[in-house]
Amino acid sequence: MWNYEKRLQYPVNITTPNAKAAQYIMSQYGGPDGEIGASLRYLSQRFTMPNRMATAVLNDIGTEELAHLEMVSTIVHQLTRDLTMEEIEKYGLGAYYIDHTVGIWPQAAGGIPFNACEFQSKGDPITDLFEDLAAEQKARATYDNILRVVGNTPEIANPIRFLRAREVVHFQRFGEALRSIQENLDAKNFYAFNPSFDNPCTASCKECNS
Amino acid sequence: MNCSKNQDRSRLLNKINENSFTVNDILLYLDTHPHDQKALSYYQEAVSCRKNLMAEYARTYGPLTVDDASMDTSTVWNWMDQPFPWEKEGV
Repeated sequence: MWNYEKRLQYPVNITTPNAKAAQYIMSQYGGPDGEIGASLRYLSQRFTMPNRMATAVLNDIGTEELAHLEMVSTIVHQLTRDLTMEEIEKYGLGAYYIDHTVGIWPQAAGGIPFNACEFQSKGDPITDLFEDLAAEQKARATYDNILRVVGNTPEIANPIRFLRAREVVHFQRFGEALRSIQENLDAKNFYAFNPSFDNPCTASCKECNS
Repeated sequence: MNCSKNQDRSRLLNKINENSFTVNDILLYLDTHPHDQKALSYYQEAVSCRKNLMAEYARTYGPLTVDDASMDTSTVWNWMDQPFPWEKEGV
């Protein structure tokens, strides 16, 4: 269950439209390492975590990612809302315009539509948490790539820097969640079984949470 | 943390954003460090500051959440009077 708050996690106030920046930044909405994928990845994986700490980390980071996809789509909306037809054509947004005008739609910078195959939910907590650690680094690298293009425009770059910093924090928390799971497994062979399937000791197991 | 009263709308909204971010970030930290007493008291301070600021905003400018919509005693539903945060008036 979620409640909506009528504010962004970090304010976005872009006054000058920029078709090219919009085309690039929309990748962090619906691209391969974007915020929709991040949110759905964590909110899907949380059901098969073997302890409540890992479940909470996935739940709470997945929730924060919903706020991030709202920020990214706000950036794209504000970069495109006052564009002229000439600017749309000249700066590479023409193909997007034909299908979506300047509505928000999830696709990668190169035009590939969002696809659930862009994230994994394997039902194996070690596999899933390594996926999440990599996902945070891939998103961080994408924000670094975006900042090399828009870094000199503070009204675009500042919210992007905020989002980039959150990827680093999330990476740290996923590392701690992974450690909490490995501490409950046999250190000589973490992979002897899948704790979410072969020996399901779930978050509601009293012995595991004592 | 600044809980002072009588700020204009965007300054108050910024204070709410800052305090809410503190709560978001310390929540993730506490998920993996549930016994950290310093973090727990930091959480308490931030959450109570956030509650006061959200209530002050709702009384002065209107609700940011459906729960805070109840603070307005007018006879008209006021939720849509508040700008969405991507609008030009929303910052």
